[in-house]
Order: sequence, then structure tokens, then C-alpha cells
Amino acid sequence: MAVRVQEADFDVGAELDSLTKGNRRIGGLAVFVGLVREMHVREGLHRDRIDALTLEHYPGMTEKALEEIEAEAHRRWPLEGSLIVHRYGRMEAGERIVLVAVGSPHREAAFEACEFLVDWLKTKAPFWKLEETPKGEQWVAAHEGDDAAAARWEK
Amino acid sequence: MKVRYFAWMKRTVGVAEEELAPPAEVRTVGDLVTWLRGRSPGHAEALAEGAAFGAAVDQRTATFDVPIAGAREVAFFPPFTGG
Repeated sequence: MAVRVQEADFDVGAELDSLTKGNRRIGGLAVFVGLVREMHVREGLHRDRIDALTLEHYPGMTEKALEEIEAEAHRRWPLEGSLIVHRYGRMEAGERIVLVAVGSPHREAAFEACEFLVDWLKTKAPFWKLEETPKGEQWVAAHEGDDAAAARWEK
Repeated sequence: MKVRYFAWMKRTVGVAEEELAPPAEVRTVGDLVTWLRGRSPGHAEALAEGAAFGAAVDQRTATFDVPIAGAREVAFFPPFTGG
């Protein structure tokens, strides 16, 4: 189990290698990589392209929140290893924001736990996105679909 | 106790954090919100009734009925948008 919050980019291949190295019980590794995507926002007749954002977080609480959801995944599924790396700071379209990787003897648990971790970290870890538009900066509003996705894992 | 604000709330309040000593009758997160609204127009706007924001007491998400006695740090923030 490991959680890292960092400004720097990460090397997906190297991260996965170190996660599985030495653990021969892992039969399936499910991986999610979140990227900054180029977006368009419309205001009346005007369309703006957003091609960078800044992620703010709450140092201290962020790590605790991520460790808690990771521990919850280990309670729910038989996992052999897991890793969450989440970046903060300024990122441009195409850059990696987050890596979630989960290893288990079998693929079902790995897929499910990976999806669970992504759904919960979006709604339970203290990160906020500030988008850069040609007109200035704009805080991203929470997405109802994310709450619904997180809620299906409540029990 | 230290009170911290994040994302747009930090800009609306005008400071990222402040060291405060609320009076004894301020017992819960909700009481603190009401008390903070009186500090400045920025506080009143950021912490307005109906504004969408959450709180944490000592870096754990907290509902407004959670007591703040003995807390070192209370934070207010908009809904999370990470991932």
C-alpha cells in the first residue's frame, strides 16, 4: 500500500514495475491514469479553450484521505498491492494527473478495486481544479455524476 | 485555533488561514461558521447560507454538528474536484 502526492510527473512503467516486483501472488494489475484533457467552454456565442489547470490540495489531509480510501479498498477486496500517485500544481492538456494501480491474484478484484479508488478519490480527497481560460481563471464546479459514481460504493 | 480556507473560499475571504480564539459558546463547526460570518463581508460571502462548502476538523471531513473543542485546525473548502 502506498500513497504519494507530488508536483512532479511520474513514470507509469517504473511505478508498476516497483509495485509488482517481488510479489509473485499478483495475477492481475488494474491501472487507471487520469490526464488533463483539452476542454471547451461556451459562453453565449463565444467558445473558449481551456488548455491548462492548477490543482490545489490540502497538504496533510490529502494524504490521510487517500490512505483511508486505500485501506478501505484492501478491506473490501483481496489485494496484494496498491498505489495512488496524485499530482498538484500547474498542468497542461495531455499531462498525467493521477495514477491508481491495484494488484490482486485475480482480475475481478483488481478491476473493481481500481474503479472504487478512482470514484472515491474524486469525491473524498481534498483537491480543487482551477482552469485557465483566455478570460481568466475559473474554479471547476463539482460534477453530480462523480457523486453518483462514488455513492454506488457506499454501504 | 487555526482556521484555513481553500480554493475560491480563500480568495473570497481574503486570507488562506488565520489564528482565532472563538468564544466558549462557539461549540460546533456550525457555530463557528455563524461566528466567522461576522468577521468581514468576505467571510459572510464565502460562508453564506446555501453556499456549497464542506469542513474538516483536524484534517478529517466533518459535518456541521461536530464539536470543535480542542481542535487545532478547522478548514473550509468547496466540493472536491480532483482525479
